[in-house]
Amino acid sequence: MMDFLTPVTWADALAVKADRPEAVPVAGGTDVMVELNFHRRRPAALLDLTRVPELAAWGRDGDVLRVGAGVSYTRLIEELGGLLPGLAAASRTVGSPQIRNRGTLGGNLGSASPAGDGHPPLLAAGAVVELASVRGTREVPVADFFTGPKRSVLAPDELIAAVLVAPADGPEQFAKIGTRNAMVIAVSSFALALHPGRRSVGTGIGSAAPTPRRAPEAEEFAAAHLPWDGPGPLDPDLARRFGELVSAAAAPIDDVRGTAAYRRHSLSVLARRTLTWAWEELCE
Amino acid sequence: MSASNLPDAEAGPGPVDVVLTINGRTHVVRIEPRVSLLDCLRDVVDLTGTKKGCNQGACGACTVWIDKRRVLACLTLAIACEGREITTIEGLAENGHLHPMQKAFLSHDAFQCGYCTPGQIMSAVALLAEGHTGDDAEIGEWMSGNLCRCAAYPNIRAAIREVRDGVPHATR
Ligand SMILES: Cc1cc2nc3c(=O)[nH]c(=O)nc-3n(C[C@H](O)[C@H](O)[C@H](O)COP(=O)(O)OP(=O)(O)OC[C@H]3O[C@@H](n4cnc5c(N)ncnc54)[C@H](O)[C@@H]3O)c2cc1C
Ligand code: FES
Ligand code: FES
Repeated sequence: MMDFLTPVTWADALAVKADRPEAVPVAGGTDVMVELNFHRRRPAALLDLTRVPELAAWGRDGDVLRVGAGVSYTRLIEELGGLLPGLAAASRTVGSPQIRNRGTLGGNLGSASPAGDGHPPLLAAGAVVELASVRGTREVPVADFFTGPKRSVLAPDELIAAVLVAPADGPEQFAKIGTRNAMVIAVSSFALALHPGRRSVGTGIGSAAPTPRRAPEAEEFAAAHLPWDGPGPLDPDLARRFGELVSAAAAPIDDVRGTAAYRRHSLSVLARRTLTWAWEELCE
Repeated sequence: MSASNLPDAEAGPGPVDVVLTINGRTHVVRIEPRVSLLDCLRDVVDLTGTKKGCNQGACGACTVWIDKRRVLACLTLAIACEGREITTIEGLAENGHLHPMQKAFLSHDAFQCGYCTPGQIMSAVALLAEGHTGDDAEIGEWMSGNLCRCAAYPNIRAAIREVRDGVPHATR
């Protein structure tokens, strides 16, 4: 007997998940339904999260934004495009309008695909994932959330509550390589955030390692060598070196969508381009 | 293409009663919780205008509206639609009069085999409301979730432009 559980408050959702840890949460359903339709998964229970208002809300929490796990890509684009331009740019590349109306940031994290487009901008922005259960709440940096392909630190009795992320304080960029603009899983993707105030740089790599990951050496290199004092045209050698360091941080594999060598090469190009665009934006 | 009589709808035990509002009418259906809105519409409610192309979100043939937003029926649980307003292609005509977008698709020959057409039209009407119809590139981008194997794209865009501009196409 498959049960369908429909909590209408966040407290109930957590209680249900504690009681039925095997229940599969369903937010937008754009990943879960494909598995159900093709009989890849036959869960004992489904946990509908679409009636929990807390998950669909976002707002300011001190210096950071708290974006509910149930906020759709369409809303990230329409409502948060100004505050989180990198995440909004990535959201615009997800699936199709129909997928974006339904797919959520929490579902992207829940699936923990190395190719999830929401992950690189969250990594670049230094976002934190808020996980909750009846035991309490914990905050996990996005960089520590993923443990392997489609695996994360999420415990069976936990739900993803929200993402905590500071509004952009400088240019943010996202770029992805796929065979076509919409409806593709990224062959590789890259997100960049510049923080001119504290002279630091954030990065996020997608589809080029078992998990989404940052490129710490590239971040340090750019932070140390970008001409923060006298903004002007970017030294092409600096951008090239940055690209090399980003590509070196990846650990890609060969698969049907691309070879490891192509992924590495494309990443260095994406990193070089996004740094150039972001720097131009900063100098404007 | 999957035939609609695949056993998807009846797979698994434990059917339950679900109340759905489809095109303004209330339907009580007895379905298993895992059943998609697409299978429910086609196999249980017998509204077969909504098509099943891929059953995995990639083709757009199953596009319907839930609370006026375009979504994919194959990726939606029917049971999760209780209390929501579901609109399918069958609900677009009013008092026997075709929707202007349906008329425009006819006058522009915006289909060949017609399999993708209900989804294209549901998407196109939603697109107008969303306001992403500036030029052909924008229309193409925002219709990218609706594939047409017969490649009727230029005529589909022409139909959308016509309804956008409110100028009926002269019948040839
Ligand atoms: C045609 C198509 C194109 C796509 N294109 C892209 C793309 O370009 N880029 C991309 O990144 N993705 C893409 N996807 C994948 C998918 O749309 C995204 O991963 C989306 O973000 C999933 O969100 P959802 O709300 O639909 O998740 P669901 O399917 O509802 O859930 C996904 C997973 O997360 C879990 N989950 C959901 N919410 C929570 C929560 N609050 N707490 C704990 N667990 C939770 C679920 O149990 C499930 O395991 C595509 C999918 C399709 C079908
Ligand atoms: S049947 Fe292809 S998108 Fe739903
Ligand atoms: S008209 Fe045949 S698939 Fe579009």
